[in-house]
Amino acid sequence: MAGSTLASPIASPQVRAAQRKHVSPWREAWRRFRRHRLAVASVVILGLMVLLVVIGPLVWQVPINEIDFSAKLQGPSWQHPLGTDDLGQDLLARMLYGGRISLAVGLAAMLVAIVVGVVVGAVAGISRGSVDAALMWLTDLFLSLPQLPLLLLIIYLFRDQLKDVAGPEIGMFILIVIVIGGFRWMPVARLVRAQFFSLREKEFVEAARALGASTPRLVIRHILPNALGPVIVAGTIDVAAAIIAESTLSFLGLGFPPDIPTWGRILFDAKDNIDFAPHWVLAPGVAIFLAVLTINFIGDGLRDALDPRKVM
Amino acid sequence: MAERLLEIKGLKTHFATDDGMVRSVDGVDLSIDRGETVGVVGESGCGKTVTALSVLKLIAMPPGRIVAGQILWQGRDLVPLGADEMRKIRAKEIAIVFQEPMTSLNPVYTVGDQIAEVIRLHEGLGRKAALDRAAEMLRVVNIPNPQRRVHDYPHQFSGGMRQRVMIAMALSCKPKLLIADEPTTALDVTIQAQILELLAEMKSTFGMAVMLITHAMGVVAETAQRVVVMYAGKVVEEAPVGELFRAPRHPYTQGLIRSIPRIDTASVKKTRLEAIAGVVPSLLDPPAGCRFAPRCRHARAACLEAMPALREVGPGHKVACIL
Repeated sequence: MAGSTLASPIASPQVRAAQRKHVSPWREAWRRFRRHRLAVASVVILGLMVLLVVIGPLVWQVPINEIDFSAKLQGPSWQHPLGTDDLGQDLLARMLYGGRISLAVGLAAMLVAIVVGVVVGAVAGISRGSVDAALMWLTDLFLSLPQLPLLLLIIYLFRDQLKDVAGPEIGMFILIVIVIGGFRWMPVARLVRAQFFSLREKEFVEAARALGASTPRLVIRHILPNALGPVIVAGTIDVAAAIIAESTLSFLGLGFPPDIPTWGRILFDAKDNIDFAPHWVLAPGVAIFLAVLTINFIGDGLRDALDPRKVM
Repeated sequence: MAERLLEIKGLKTHFATDDGMVRSVDGVDLSIDRGETVGVVGESGCGKTVTALSVLKLIAMPPGRIVAGQILWQGRDLVPLGADEMRKIRAKEIAIVFQEPMTSLNPVYTVGDQIAEVIRLHEGLGRKAALDRAAEMLRVVNIPNPQRRVHDYPHQFSGGMRQRVMIAMALSCKPKLLIADEPTTALDVTIQAQILELLAEMKSTFGMAVMLITHAMGVVAETAQRVVVMYAGKVVEEAPVGELFRAPRHPYTQGLIRSIPRIDTASVKKTRLEAIAGVVPSLLDPPAGCRFAPRCRHARAACLEAMPALREVGPGHKVACIL
């Protein structure tokens, strides 16, 4: 009897009628994302910023480090649309070029932090006992480490090797991304672990196990997608933090070399001259502010769009 | 004689807690034949669910552990099997439906994806074919408009509908045994009747055996052919359903049956509904003799000395009582 047939085959006209109405989950997510007006506006603004820093330096071909003391600390003009800094360097050119590095560092460091955090948190969250304890011990260790001296040490130790291998700019980029990402994964790991602790007791996980799902499948297919909402939000905050962390490193002389501009670097250079050249501080400030804000809104929209329970 | 599907022999599942060993299941014998519906009844905490979870080895270990006994599935002992082999048995051979339909579905996937996942996992079908099968399963469990509903998310279904989806999922690989762990407890009464009806219908369609775990005697009376009554981690009585209701032998079963509200007599006689006095003994330190003795109105000295073994008192009727 167990092999008995499943009633009649499905009538094909019905199938086609039903499939026309069906929208794929991604289209559905896109539809929900579009309803989030701030997020859509943010995508446009961030997209413009990315476009600007990518093709901007090709169009605005003023050198980023041409020193001209006769034109130092000038306000915006046709020749220098964003003014000049204390060395008479064109700020627009430096902003465009620096944006590439800042945005790339922000996004890449966020990815490192998220990937490491999710892996550590997921492994800790699904395994009980000693593995969980060891990973959380590691997380707490990283949280309690004095970060700045350690950053100093790491960069001091590995800067030259990486420069030799990958060139001064790429090498520094990799180092900074790893260092910033490597010190920002702990909150993500704790978040993911906490999510896992509550999700793994949920009936649907038990039901999936009862229907023959293996532990990796449970983690990847059933628990992780349910834990991603807060991770996305944490990730967008991390982008902002990474951009600012990079500027801190630059300020300490540990980031990119001084002749390579980044938004954080420009901002720090500008702050000493804020009294007599306010335009200087404005450009990087607005850029960082916009990048951080739009990424946060996008994260907000993404979280809503990826949650099917949200009926919009 | 029908083919024996499942035979549980002397199963003991214990849980280590800070207070000591909790003997949730303490020597249970139970068997299910092909195509048979067996009701397992007893009050909360008597070990019904733990028995069911032990069969599928879904007990969290630690703290839980199957300390003794055999679980013979078509003659093969499941207790020593590894995780990989157990996975192949789950859903394909033995499937389970839980009592909580509202949270038993993953909120981030469509129900079709979730049913298809089980089918793909066990039968190696492609995505498209599995989804078609999922829609077919939804139709089988009487969900209207299955071709469209297959793309809906769990939150778009009501509780009764979700339980139908869970049943569709459990039956999607045509298991030989369906364990229904209080499938109607979380649903309201009219939906309960529908789900029980559906289970009966599925049984006639697929011909699987059903182990129906419940604490509602009424549910058992309607659906099961054989009933196993559990008390404090042990089987106290086992009988064909008619016989059990007509002539219950164990005082506990008698108490259970007397405590069913009866619409035909109660209104006439205005009698108080009977309850069994006392509470279930702690499974941490169960009484030495018959576990029901402290609550039993017929208890005598011998009852307190040793737990009576199950003995046959009629065809297919076993009872663990000296009376």
